[in-house]
Amino acid sequence: MKLTVWTYEGPPHVGAMRVATAMTGLHYVLHAPQGDTYADLLFTMIERRNHRPPVSYTTFEGRDLGADTAGIFKKTCQDAYERFKPQAIIVGASCTAELIQDDPGGLAETMDIPVPVIALELPSYQRKENFGTDETFYQIVKALARPMDRTPEVTCNILGPLALGFRHRDDIEEIKALLWEMGIGVNVVAPFGATPMDLTTLGRAHFNVAMYPEHCETACRHLVKVCDQPFTKVIPIGVGATHDFVAEVARIAGVAPKKDLSRLRQPWWSASVDSTYLTGKRVFLFGDATHVAAAARVARDEMGFEVVGIGCYNREFARPIRALALEFGLEALITDDYLEVEEAIAAAVPEMILGTQMERHIGKRLGIPCAVISAPVHVQDFPARYSPQMGWEGANVIFDTWIHPLVMGLEEHLLHMFRDDFEFHDEAGPSHHGGHAPVAMAAAGGQPPVSEADSPRDILEAEKQGTGSDVMVWLADAEKELKKIPFFVRGKAKRNTESFAAEKGLHEISVDTLYEAKAHYAR
Amino acid sequence: MNNPANIPAQSCRDAPVLKQRGQREVFCGLTGIIWLHRKMQDAFFLVVGSRTCAHLLQSAAGVMIFAEPRFGTAILEEGDLAGMADAHDELDREVARLLARRPDIKQLFLVGSCPSEVIKLDLGRAAERLTVQHAPHVRVLNYSGSGIETTFTQGEDACLASMVPVLPVTDARELLLVGALPDVVEDQAVKLLTEMGIGPIRVLPAPRSAQMPGVGDNTVYALLQPFLSDTASALDRRGARMIGAPFPFGEEGTTAWLRAIADEFGVDNDTFERVTAAPRARARKAVAAAAETLSGKTIFFFPDSQLEIPLARFLTRECGMEAIEIGQPYIHKGIVGPDLDLIPAGPTISEGQDVDLQLDRARAARPDLTVCGLGLANPLEAEGLTTKWAIELVFTPVHFYEQAGDLAALFARPLRRKAILNHEVAAE
Repeated sequence: MKLTVWTYEGPPHVGAMRVATAMTGLHYVLHAPQGDTYADLLFTMIERRNHRPPVSYTTFEGRDLGADTAGIFKKTCQDAYERFKPQAIIVGASCTAELIQDDPGGLAETMDIPVPVIALELPSYQRKENFGTDETFYQIVKALARPMDRTPEVTCNILGPLALGFRHRDDIEEIKALLWEMGIGVNVVAPFGATPMDLTTLGRAHFNVAMYPEHCETACRHLVKVCDQPFTKVIPIGVGATHDFVAEVARIAGVAPKKDLSRLRQPWWSASVDSTYLTGKRVFLFGDATHVAAAARVARDEMGFEVVGIGCYNREFARPIRALALEFGLEALITDDYLEVEEAIAAAVPEMILGTQMERHIGKRLGIPCAVISAPVHVQDFPARYSPQMGWEGANVIFDTWIHPLVMGLEEHLLHMFRDDFEFHDEAGPSHHGGHAPVAMAAAGGQPPVSEADSPRDILEAEKQGTGSDVMVWLADAEKELKKIPFFVRGKAKRNTESFAAEKGLHEISVDTLYEAKAHYAR
Repeated sequence: MNNPANIPAQSCRDAPVLKQRGQREVFCGLTGIIWLHRKMQDAFFLVVGSRTCAHLLQSAAGVMIFAEPRFGTAILEEGDLAGMADAHDELDREVARLLARRPDIKQLFLVGSCPSEVIKLDLGRAAERLTVQHAPHVRVLNYSGSGIETTFTQGEDACLASMVPVLPVTDARELLLVGALPDVVEDQAVKLLTEMGIGPIRVLPAPRSAQMPGVGDNTVYALLQPFLSDTASALDRRGARMIGAPFPFGEEGTTAWLRAIADEFGVDNDTFERVTAAPRARARKAVAAAAETLSGKTIFFFPDSQLEIPLARFLTRECGMEAIEIGQPYIHKGIVGPDLDLIPAGPTISEGQDVDLQLDRARAARPDLTVCGLGLANPLEAEGLTTKWAIELVFTPVHFYEQAGDLAALFARPLRRKAILNHEVAAE
């Protein structure tokens, strides 16, 4: 048993729903009690889908348990087939139905349904949503894809994008554009927009583009075996990675790495003098492994940030993320415990968080700007405008998105100069975010503001602060001086000063200590 | 469905009820935790369930309250399913940790879920054991919010019903108001009743456990919400007596509800008029503004919040709408009977759901406004229907006179929006 407040991933059957909802002509018959239908709203509300997810729930009740839940499943399955006439059906159980062991796969097999029925085994008490997406897509591919003659021209499949993905809709267009430049055709995009019929022709492609390994890696490995199709490993998020992706595709496909850079603006935007202020901004990265790994490279190499934290919530990718963190001189944070992430962020005192919607809320509490780079998603992550993360346009979008939460370069200087002005002061927050000043951090520096005194975090913080102040005392003058430093660098100044003082074996911090530390860390 | 005899039904109370069994597109009772935990400020709701339960609470509530919640899910893992003794030990450990972290918690609700019920994890026994362990500081209660036992708002009913047996005994003649309403609305109700000289007035649930009301043979109670039938039965068993009335939605409903209580307490007509005249006039005026949009329009209710019958009464009688179908997850005539009495026969009254068949009926009827859950709203909009999501009716202050206009406006807004949006291309 594990106490959970907020979760990064839903149960695995929600992953299966994300695959089913992304596709057309596929129907999911889910053995589940009433209430599990809540999952429909993820798609109709968050993603604004204009259709109900193609899912029929058995919605059995308590009084059915002693009776015939298997019969209810079979009736639901039959009704779903007759009403929706899908090309294929996937069947499975949610957490509760798993316990009553009706075996939806076995039941469906005994029925006379004239289309492929694919049984899913998604262990709800061991695995989570991303396992559900990957496993479901794999099972469908395994059931439907066969080796066949290749297309005469070079084509590939684009695999991985699905419903409720972070910017999947627009990433597909970028990938298609990159391939088109090289003269490579697209055979099938899946699951997004594909029919089961389309999946039977996967074998015609020469290779596969694996857009999001957490959703398609098992299927890609299967296709290596049965259809002899290699798949791409580079995730084209960021300029460098997109160049690498083009090179990888060119090598696999045996074509020239042609690219059209006419729309790529990010490198110049980043090199132009206005961006100087971005240098060394301390950023904390947390999200799914794919986006975090890509963001780490962009942050360091293309934005000039300093990465001070790296982590992911999907344990399946713990190993590569640990290796990556090591490369950055950090220890990776692999957890799906939201409170643990908040604690790590509070301790690292970053100037910006690149995370998920959960970290956006952590940022709000701690007064740290945050840009969203990964699922889990929110209605705001489905903008009406074109807004990819991948490819050249994705790099442009990332540049804009990441600097948006920050105080702009010249504004930073003006805030230093006029910090005592009653209107134009640092607590007012970035001028382009009207009325949304970050929470005042006062003398606590990077410590979270103490709000509800009764929340568990605050109790934990209080303990930590208790031990902290025992070792290090800020003299009144020094504390006053610290407050004169604008809020967006105050946390860093406090931390640097304290570690400098600790290194020198000091127990008191004076104004001199503060400025000696400043000189020490000057760059 | 029973074939009705040839005697025409006068009101919807006598109308035949359409009962279908199929997919139900409703939340489970866990959802109630989202408003209950804000109402009871020293209570914590610990769902003993699966990742799905945690995900449901987060999805239904996440965007609304991303503050530190006073609820959480103890997620069952593979090991907990294997041995029941271990599951109880695990639960004790998690509860001890939780209470150590949250010394402010005085009431802990262990909330049963579909998986905990299927594996027959006895949370009643666990609550007794934990109450002893953590006495006198914390009282541990339990109820089920599972989807196999409860729908959406029924979770509040189960929660309040679990509190009734442990309420203190009193012989005092007191009025008990039952149901978790926003403070602003609750205060209005108490003020109106107090001005009529009715009192003492107590409320279940109270904001803090120390203020919980007593109950006994002289207690009379009035329900604030139509989904509290189990709580009503539990109060009846403690000797209390219900004051039946239409529910306090709109001017008419509020007046009828107040009138029933006033009669019970022997309030004279002059006093009643003096206290209610001004807010009644305000309510009528405010409703009239929205009724301009609603009058003559048809409405179709999918079952969701259990408020459907009282709301249909309000919308048909005070806003001039015509109901085509009024679906409710379950119908308890002892509770919604007075509302059904006021709705003239005509609309289909349906209980339970086969969502696909009901969607077919809605598509055929093409109502001007469809009230439904979040899973159906956008798909129906895309088909050209205009919808009102039902969950907003539970999360918005809509009871009593001063909110009557807001309630009508909630239904008028989607229609007004449809009327003002214009995406047509100008004729070339």
